[in-house]
Amino acid sequence: MRAIHRKVLRELKGMRSQAVAIGFVIVAGVATFVSMTSVYESLQQTLENYYDEHRFADGFLSIRRAPEPLSDQLRRVPGVNEVQTRVVAVVNLEVPDFEEPVTASVVSLPPGRQPELNRVFIREGRLPEPGREDEVLLNEVFAEAHQLGPGDGLTAIIRGSRRTLSVVGIALSPEFLMQVQPGTIFPDPERYGVLWMERDALAAAYDMEGAFNDAVFSLAPGADIDEVLHRMDRILEPYGGLGAFPREDQVSHSLIEDEFNQLRGMATLLPIIFLGVAAFLLNIVVTRLIILQRQMIAILKAFGYRDGEVALHYLSFVLVIAAGGIGVGMLVGVWMGVLLGDLYLDFYRFPEMEYVLSLRVALTAVGLTLGAAVLGVLMSVRRAVRLRPAEAMRPAQPPVYRATLLERLGLQRLFDPPTRIIIRNVERQPVKSALTIVGISSACALMIMGTFSQDSMDHIVAVQFGLAQREHLTVSFTDPTSMSALNDLRGLPGVLHAEPYRSVPVHLRHGHRSYRTAIDGVPAGAYLRRVLDADQQPITIPAEGIVIAEGLAEVLGVRTGDMITVEVQEGRQRAREVPVTGIAEQFIGVGAYMDMDAANRLSGGGQAISGGYLLIDRGMETELMSALRDRPRVAGIASTDRMIEAFYEEMVGALIVFTLILSLFAAVIAFGVIYNSARISLSERDRELASLRVLGFTRGEISYIMLGEITLLVLAAIPLGLALGWAGSYLTVTAIQTEMLRFPVVLEPRTFAQAASVVLLSGLASAIMIHRRLVRLDLIAVLKTRE
Amino acid sequence: MTRRRPDESGGASGARSSTYERGEREVVFRTRRLTKTYGVGDVKVHALRGVDLDLYAGEMVVLLGASGSGKSTLVNILGGLDTATDGEVHYHDQDLTRATDAELTQYRRHWVGFVFQFYNLIPSLTARENVAIVTDIADDPMDPDEALELAGLSGRGHSFPAQLSGGEQQRVAIARAIAKKPAVLLCDEPTGALDSKTGIVVLEALDRVNRELGTTTFIITHNEVQAQMAERVIFLRDGRIADIRTNERRKAPRELSW
Repeated sequence: MRAIHRKVLRELKGMRSQAVAIGFVIVAGVATFVSMTSVYESLQQTLENYYDEHRFADGFLSIRRAPEPLSDQLRRVPGVNEVQTRVVAVVNLEVPDFEEPVTASVVSLPPGRQPELNRVFIREGRLPEPGREDEVLLNEVFAEAHQLGPGDGLTAIIRGSRRTLSVVGIALSPEFLMQVQPGTIFPDPERYGVLWMERDALAAAYDMEGAFNDAVFSLAPGADIDEVLHRMDRILEPYGGLGAFPREDQVSHSLIEDEFNQLRGMATLLPIIFLGVAAFLLNIVVTRLIILQRQMIAILKAFGYRDGEVALHYLSFVLVIAAGGIGVGMLVGVWMGVLLGDLYLDFYRFPEMEYVLSLRVALTAVGLTLGAAVLGVLMSVRRAVRLRPAEAMRPAQPPVYRATLLERLGLQRLFDPPTRIIIRNVERQPVKSALTIVGISSACALMIMGTFSQDSMDHIVAVQFGLAQREHLTVSFTDPTSMSALNDLRGLPGVLHAEPYRSVPVHLRHGHRSYRTAIDGVPAGAYLRRVLDADQQPITIPAEGIVIAEGLAEVLGVRTGDMITVEVQEGRQRAREVPVTGIAEQFIGVGAYMDMDAANRLSGGGQAISGGYLLIDRGMETELMSALRDRPRVAGIASTDRMIEAFYEEMVGALIVFTLILSLFAAVIAFGVIYNSARISLSERDRELASLRVLGFTRGEISYIMLGEITLLVLAAIPLGLALGWAGSYLTVTAIQTEMLRFPVVLEPRTFAQAASVVLLSGLASAIMIHRRLVRLDLIAVLKTRE
Repeated sequence: MTRRRPDESGGASGARSSTYERGEREVVFRTRRLTKTYGVGDVKVHALRGVDLDLYAGEMVVLLGASGSGKSTLVNILGGLDTATDGEVHYHDQDLTRATDAELTQYRRHWVGFVFQFYNLIPSLTARENVAIVTDIADDPMDPDEALELAGLSGRGHSFPAQLSGGEQQRVAIARAIAKKPAVLLCDEPTGALDSKTGIVVLEALDRVNRELGTTTFIITHNEVQAQMAERVIFLRDGRIADIRTNERRKAPRELSW
């Protein structure tokens, strides 16, 4: 090994505490990048394989009832590859030992075999046998929520009559990766499930013999999906179709895509933050190293070391730290990746998942880290190289001190000499002080970014469920029905107040942009369901016109006053131009709101309602539930409390990794920055401090000078950190929000206090370690060394 | 760049005749009207005010002068650490005045050995490694241990600078300077930080290198006694050469005392 390499290793050993502190930050960055990116890629790959192997459809359609021969017409649409017709029904279930109503979607299977498209994966048991009308497959999440397995039984209310079903198998399907009840956006596996049943049995029960009410189709390579959908809609129109839609609008698929994008957003944002901080730390450490080694640089150059060799020498300090960080970070990243992969495998219920760390991800991690590290120190290394040997040989100019701003203002009498030293030191090196403040405050900001989501979620719940959706229960009917159904609901035990709603499935278009959703028709003067503006004030829904959620407005690119095309996807499908009269702030879901009468006029039907919102007497909930369960017209019952629970569960699950990593590493970074800058100040000023000791200053007094500086910087950093945290929260929100979920940036004092305490504690820990060094300061040795 | 003296190149044969003067001795350095000023305007400092000087191959020269006389500046320019403001300086027939940074680096790397007043050892490296840092980049160096032995330090190779006395540290610096077998050895106050007894040990090492390896040796000092060990003594005053004397007999360092 060449002597210059030994120099690197020995000197790194001398500054190992700093090197390790920086190494940790790099490990954090590499590990997060490697684990999250590899998991993202593995998930994406797994999803693609799953879709391929189980022949997940490219398009979907549902109608009231169409004769089977119509499927040939659909098959002949240019660009269509295969069409699988099905019967799909919503039934109410009675599950043993579960009191509340349970809804299920039952999907038909061809007799005794797998369907052409959307095949199911049999985790346990077998497919229903042909001719066995009572045999069903259960979706795994639902089965697990109720601890059901092959051999168990459950009761379904099918068109008013109770039928006993027996479970013969547990299945998974690419279509129901996210098992979400239509109309809601969070899975609630206890109250909603998916079942598969032989087609003949289901068709018989729903009067669908020789007919279908649902189909899925695949496309030939290169087919134009819009054209296909358009042609299909024309074929389906006479049959009361709800319209054909592409895979991207399929509920499970779009939720999965959203979550994967969230993961990718975090996989990008987190490593950038960590590697940025690491670059900053390397910069302050290497800059100081180069200042301290001014003379050695001169010597090396005097011996004939070339500029490139000197630069490489100082870069190699950084490269060794980075290489160490990359090595450990890769290992930790793979370990975390495998853990995360298992977590996600369990969460998404893929049949299997292979964790893959691609070479590309590994190389990107190496490239990003080395890039950040080298970029961080480039300026100081350049400065080292530019030093002329003769110039570097002379001691550096003594630092220029001058009266500080405070003194120029005549305030020096307020401070004793040690305090004046502190203030002058901070003011004399404005860049260094500023960088340190920025470093500390970025840790504070990270802490806020890691924890603000809790505030945000609380705010969402308070607004969405406290102000906008004030009902306890939402009851939806199988079909639009007359207003008298609402009176039925009002007469049920425990119902205190009921308001109707009308939901109309639509396809909204504006220019070339479009979105599929349902318009909520809200009766005038509604108390339970209100649409709020950005100031949380209720928006009055006009007799004509539509109010849409902010997220939807962005998707469609519309503003108040614009006209949008509303294509009704039920009954006689018709299109109407409607003015946008308001933009609503809505955190969950992508809503569109109209006056109920206007919605009914739009759909072309008479006065109809799709369901009701209820305020109930909690004491009578059980009775109400069993009463609702017996009503054949009731398609689903959603409890607001359950939605809030599901929301927290879902969000905590999705954000836990993000929150945990950020909070954990924020502390590491805070400590790393404070300790490093304090160590550097100490090495810059040990002579000065030792001289003061020789002159008779006590240990306490010199500690005051050193630690006072740390304290000053930490205190200055906290307010900045809080502001940066607030800005960073906006950044986080853009990385993690989806169409369905918008996070408001809301920060409670608690979150600020928590972030500030982490920084203060890290400052305290560094101060203690620096104080211990100060106590051990060897006066003679320090003074003997030549500056 | 290969290790070849500028005057060995075929195209420099014309210069060759002019480099031989004073009998058979080859001129190593030739300076003419060498001027160096620092700073600008009112605060201009004239470190050198026109120095004309020839130094010969293998000779031992002592440069005497008071503090501020321009000694270090002259040595820095000869060693390629600094460049002149005006005038000329040639190493053989290489023009150091017009050399680029990279050429000066090559020049220092191959031909020059430096010894500084404050040793300037690298504290994180052992004595042997401090020598190796130079032999690592030299073309035909001696073994670091051999260099240490020449400097009278055999057996101390594994000590770190902090474990060595001042005299020992300076001898490591000498070993480091000679290990690449430089053509010239430039020493700036090599005994300045040492007591006289240790200083003599260091001078003996320099004397031995000069005699045994024939390295042109240029020692800066303000100590007139040390001038007695030189073949020629150059007196510098206010940036000009005040006098050049030739000693009848070079005294051995151990005969000196101050």
